[in-house]
Amino acid sequence: MSPAEAAWIVLLLPLLGAVVLGLGFRVWRGITAGIIGTAAVGLAFVFTLITLFGLLGRDEEGTRQIASSLYDYVSVGGVDVKMEILVDPLSVVMLLVVTGVSTLIHLYSIAYMRGDAGYTRFFAYLNFFVFSMLVLVLAGNFVLLIVGWGFVGAASYMLISFWYRRTSATKAGIKAFVINVVGDVGLVLGVILLLKETNSVDFLDTFHSAKETFGEDGSGSLTAALLLIMVGAFAKSAQMPLHTWLPDAMEGPTPVSSLIHAATMVTAGVYLIARLHPLMELSPTAQTVGAIIGCATLLVAGTIGLVQTDLKRVIAYSTMSQIGYMIMGVSAGAYVAGMFHLMTHAFFKALLFMAAGSLISAMAGEQNMNKMGGFRKAMPFTFLAFVIGGLALSGIPPFSGFFSKDEILAGVASEGGWHWILWGAGIFGAFLTAVYTWRMIFRAFWGPPVPEAKELEEGHLHHAAEHRNPATGEIEDTGVGFPGPEHHIAERAPAMRMAMSVLAVLAVVGGILGIPHVFTPLEHFLEPVFEEAHALHHVDTSITVLGLIVGSLAGIAGIAVAYVIWAKPTTRGEASTAISSGWQRRFAPVHRLFVNKWYFDEIIDLLIVRPVRGFGRWAHDGFERLVIGGAIVGGTTGAVRGASAVVRRLQSGYLRTYSAVVLTGAAVLVIYFLTQS
Amino acid sequence: MSTGWYLAVSAIVFAIGAGGVTTRRNPLLVLVCLELMLNAGNLAIVAFARMHGATEGHVFALVVMVVAAAEVVVGLGIVVALYRNRVAVDVDELRELHG
Repeated sequence: MSPAEAAWIVLLLPLLGAVVLGLGFRVWRGITAGIIGTAAVGLAFVFTLITLFGLLGRDEEGTRQIASSLYDYVSVGGVDVKMEILVDPLSVVMLLVVTGVSTLIHLYSIAYMRGDAGYTRFFAYLNFFVFSMLVLVLAGNFVLLIVGWGFVGAASYMLISFWYRRTSATKAGIKAFVINVVGDVGLVLGVILLLKETNSVDFLDTFHSAKETFGEDGSGSLTAALLLIMVGAFAKSAQMPLHTWLPDAMEGPTPVSSLIHAATMVTAGVYLIARLHPLMELSPTAQTVGAIIGCATLLVAGTIGLVQTDLKRVIAYSTMSQIGYMIMGVSAGAYVAGMFHLMTHAFFKALLFMAAGSLISAMAGEQNMNKMGGFRKAMPFTFLAFVIGGLALSGIPPFSGFFSKDEILAGVASEGGWHWILWGAGIFGAFLTAVYTWRMIFRAFWGPPVPEAKELEEGHLHHAAEHRNPATGEIEDTGVGFPGPEHHIAERAPAMRMAMSVLAVLAVVGGILGIPHVFTPLEHFLEPVFEEAHALHHVDTSITVLGLIVGSLAGIAGIAVAYVIWAKPTTRGEASTAISSGWQRRFAPVHRLFVNKWYFDEIIDLLIVRPVRGFGRWAHDGFERLVIGGAIVGGTTGAVRGASAVVRRLQSGYLRTYSAVVLTGAAVLVIYFLTQS
Repeated sequence: MSTGWYLAVSAIVFAIGAGGVTTRRNPLLVLVCLELMLNAGNLAIVAFARMHGATEGHVFALVVMVVAAAEVVVGLGIVVALYRNRVAVDVDELRELHG
C-alpha cells in the first residue's frame, strides 16, 4: 500500500466511525459505542504508521512529498481545486500526534464518560472531530484546509456544548464558535488574497511560484494575506486577543479539553504557520507579528494561570501559554522546534488534563482548587501522572518539555538582535509555567486531606448528594444534556489508567526525538520540508547549552517558589497559605488584574460586543421597524389596500350590473370602431 | 331581400336579449335571453355570409350553436344546483362575491 492510499484510509476511518455511531446511537448505547469509536481512531493510527513507514521507505528526500488527488472538486476560471491530500513529513508528524493522542483519549473516555446519557453521541462527536482535524492536516490545498478548519470549529462547538442543558456550557460553545468564525473569516480573506495574486489554491503550486509572484522580499499583498491568515491561526490557537474562548471552553467534558483544547485543535494555528513557511519566509513583517503575539500570549497566559482557582482553567491558560511558545517559535523560523514542542506538549498536556479529570471525578465534579487538597495518598496514580506531566511542562530535564521548549528558545535566540528579548520572555515564561503548574500540584495533592480525599482513602469514592454546575452552583439533574451521575477515577478504571500510562511514558521519553546536536531524528525527518528555511541550520551550540541551563534553572526555581508558597510546612507543621495571601494583599492591584484575566473579556465587550449590540438594537428598533417594517413593507401593503378599496366598490355582486357593464363596454367599442371606419 | 332587414331583425333580437339579461331576475330567463343574444349574433353572421357568398360564416354559426349548447348545459346545471340549495331562485340574491 502506498503512503497516499494509507493516508486516505486514515482520513476515512474516523468519518466512518462518526457516521456509524451517529446513525446507530439507538443500537449501541453502552460500552460498544466507545469501543467502536476507539477502534476507528486506533485503526487510523495504525494506518498512519503504515503511511509513516511508507514515507521512510522512500529514501530520496524529494519523493517524500506526495500529493494525491481523488477528483476535481471545483474547476472554474482557471482555478483548479482538487480533492487532494498532501502527504509529507510535516503532515505525517501531525497525523501521528493527532491519531495517536486521539486514540488514547478515546480509550480514556470509554471509562470516564461511562454513565453519561449522551455516551454514544459523545463518541460520534469525537470521531467527527478527529476526521475534521485530519482533513485540516492532510489538506493539499487551501480550500480543503478551510473545510477542515471550519469542521474542527463546528466539532469544538458541539463538544464544548456537549452538556447542552447546562447554560454555561452552551454559552461557552457559542463564544468559542463566534471567535473561531472571526478567525475563519480572516483565513478565507487571506486565502482569497493569495488566490488573486498566485491564481492557485494548491499548496505546492503556491509555494513554488511564491518567489516569482511576490519577489524575494515579499510584498505588501503577501504580508496582508499572511496577517489575515494569521488571524485565523490566532483564533484557533487561542492567541491574544482572540484567546478568551479557550478558558471558557473548559465547560466541555474533560476528555474534550484534553483532546481538542490541549493536544490537537488549538495547535492547528502552529501547524498552519509551519505549513505556510515558504510564504512566511518571504514576509518578515508577518513573522515579527507572529513572534511578538506568541510571546505576549505566553506571558499574559502565564500570569493569569498563577491566580486562577479553577483547576481546568489553569491548565487551559497553560495551554495558551505553551501555544504562545510554539507560535513564537514557528514565526521566528524555528519550525522543527515548534512542531517538536507541539508533539511533546500534546503528550504532557493531554496527560495533565486526564489527571485533572480523574481528580475532578474524585471531587464529584468540583473544579475549584480551594476545595482540594491532600489527595496524594488517596490517588497515587493520578498524583504520579500529574507530577510527570508537571515536570515535563515545567521543562525539567530529562522530561520531554525540557528539550522541546528550549529548542524553541534557542531557535528564536539564534535570530539575534531583538529576538533575545523574546528569549528572555520565554525564560521568564518557563519560570511562570513551573510556578503555576506546581501551584496546582501542591494545592491539590499536598496539605491536609479534604473530606473527599479522606473518604477515598477509606475506599469510598465521594459522590455529591446533589449535582451542581461547578461554575454557577446551579443544581442539575443527571439526565441527558447534563453530566451523568457516575464518576470515574484512574485508580479504579483500567482504561483510564492505560491511556494515562502510555502518555506518561511518552511525556517522559518524548524528548529523545530531538536532543539538540546529539540525536535529532525528528529534525532529520522534517528537514526536507523546511529545506529552504534559512533559520533552521544555524543554531549555535553555545545558545542551546545556555538555553538548556537557564531554562532548567528557571523551571527548578519556579517549582521551588511554588513549594515555598503553597506547600512548605510552617513551624507548626501544617501547610501555610499565609505567604500566598500576604502576597495577594501586597500586590493587590496586580492580583486583581490577573484574576480578572487582564480584563480582556471586558475590553472586548466594551470595544466590540457593545457597539455591535447597540448597532443591532438600532437596526432592530429603528431601521427594521421604521424603514423596513413601516415604509417598505407597510407602504406596499398600504398602497395595495387603498387601491383595492376603490376597486372593491365596483364589485356589487349583482349579475345585472356586470352584464350592463359588459354590454356598455361592447357598445362603446362597437361605436368607436364604427365611427373610425 | 336586402341584408339590411336581416341585420335589423338581428339587432332587435340582440337588444331584447341584452335587455332581458340585464333586467330579468330569474336565472332561467337570463339564460334564455343569453340564447337570444347568441342567436341574434348567429343571424347576423349568416346574413353577412350570404351577402359575401362565403361559407365560413355558416361554419361559424354552427360553432356558436355548439358553444351555446355547452353553455346551456353548464348554466342549467348551475341553476339546478342552486335551486336545490335554496328555493328562491333570484340572481340578485346570489351576491356572495361582492366586494
